[in-house]
Amino acid sequence: MTLSNLTVGVPPYRLTGTVYGTLANDRALLEKLGDSIEKPPYKAAPKAPVLYVKPRNTLSTTGASMAMPADVNEMDIGATIGLVIGRVASRLKEEDALDYVSGVTLVADLRVPHDSFYRPSVRFNARDGSCFIGPEVVGLADLPKPDEIALTVFVDGQEQPSVRPQRIRSAAKLLADVTDFMTLVPGDVLLLGIPASMPRVRAGQNFAIAATGIGRLEGVVV
Amino acid sequence: MKTARVAYGGAIHVGTEHPDGVRLADGRVVAEEDVVWLPPFEVGTIIALGLNYADHVKELSNELTVTAKDEPLVFLKGPGALVGHRAQSRRPKDATFMHYECELAVVIGKPAKDVKTADAMDHVAGYTVCNDYAIRDYLENWYRPNLRVKNRDTCTVLGPWFVDAADIPNPHALGLRTLVNGVVTQEGSTADMINEIPALIEYLSSFMTLMPGDVILTGTPDGVVNVNEGDEVVCEIEGIGSLQNTIVGDAVFGR
Repeated sequence: MTLSNLTVGVPPYRLTGTVYGTLANDRALLEKLGDSIEKPPYKAAPKAPVLYVKPRNTLSTTGASMAMPADVNEMDIGATIGLVIGRVASRLKEEDALDYVSGVTLVADLRVPHDSFYRPSVRFNARDGSCFIGPEVVGLADLPKPDEIALTVFVDGQEQPSVRPQRIRSAAKLLADVTDFMTLVPGDVLLLGIPASMPRVRAGQNFAIAATGIGRLEGVVV
Repeated sequence: MKTARVAYGGAIHVGTEHPDGVRLADGRVVAEEDVVWLPPFEVGTIIALGLNYADHVKELSNELTVTAKDEPLVFLKGPGALVGHRAQSRRPKDATFMHYECELAVVIGKPAKDVKTADAMDHVAGYTVCNDYAIRDYLENWYRPNLRVKNRDTCTVLGPWFVDAADIPNPHALGLRTLVNGVVTQEGSTADMINEIPALIEYLSSFMTLMPGDVILTGTPDGVVNVNEGDEVVCEIEGIGSLQNTIVGDAVFGR
């Protein structure tokens, strides 16, 4: 539950601890749900970004371990990119939204698997130490566009099938839509969105997420 | 003891109640309208309850596919939505139903993990009033209630006072009401909560560690009505405080 090992090499050189996640930003999820999207409980495809909060008790960084909750057998590894806000971001325009991002990092959002996205319990999302961030925040100038960064996920050293999401909103579009109603401040993190299908991790296993230019984020579930 | 956090004279101060307004720690006494009221404590994780009063469940039941059940309906909010007493909240042009929610806010005082109901109140530092606005036009059926409804800039009003837990021997016997332009539109009692504070702390701390400064917004009773630009909204809880704010339109924000 600490980010103290995390190197933030770009302004504001620290994180606020406010982390917003994004769901249903992968076309594959909507394809998987198919016609059922038009039926209850959803009744329509999402219009606004589907967001959630990772509270501070979840925050963790590379090399940390998470205790598997007693009521859960395995966790989804929600591998994604975290956009680190560099300037106060309110009502951004898509054209220049990325100018407000100072850097990116890797995020492993460990989630209790669930099939309904209507009103899932906060229990699935708020477990202590379940949001791994790191190993560092790398400036955008040194990387491809955030939308083009490819992630590789490993469980016990074994590379997992590629999980590259087909994003409904690009990083810039997401920032524009989110900051229309909520202001992000320097050091806040907005996650680009976990993929529709995710590898899982059990107690006793380790996992890693790697991306060229950002490094390797590692964790253990005990 | 009641304390506030206010901005005055170029600095942020802790203030206490005074017949003429607020007494700052340095001895200055300032009128209520001459300070900027901030949320009354350093706010950590914001945990909100949906449908935690039986009558409110009934009120909304025509649009709900579930009724109150065993697991409390909890969602989380971010710090950017917070404003203090006497602040403005923005009502977007295209909204047709924006409503207040007067809620007892419970502030955690010491870390809580796997706490049982019998010990739960030891973890409460105090209370304040929250007005947690919702804009129902934006409600979607994905991870309800979605953040566009419930986590908007200026739409979570908190304050004016942080009240020590010791001053409120029974937080489940407090009258609660909302006035819009001086007319009472919502009236209830914290006695009618479905999940009471000890149960909420037991539930939440069973899967997440609660930390000092975390706040639980315990839900709202029956009686939410639409508010419009220019309306003055006051949420009151007996012994805790009277939280006032004003609804403004897009023009104020240059939209």
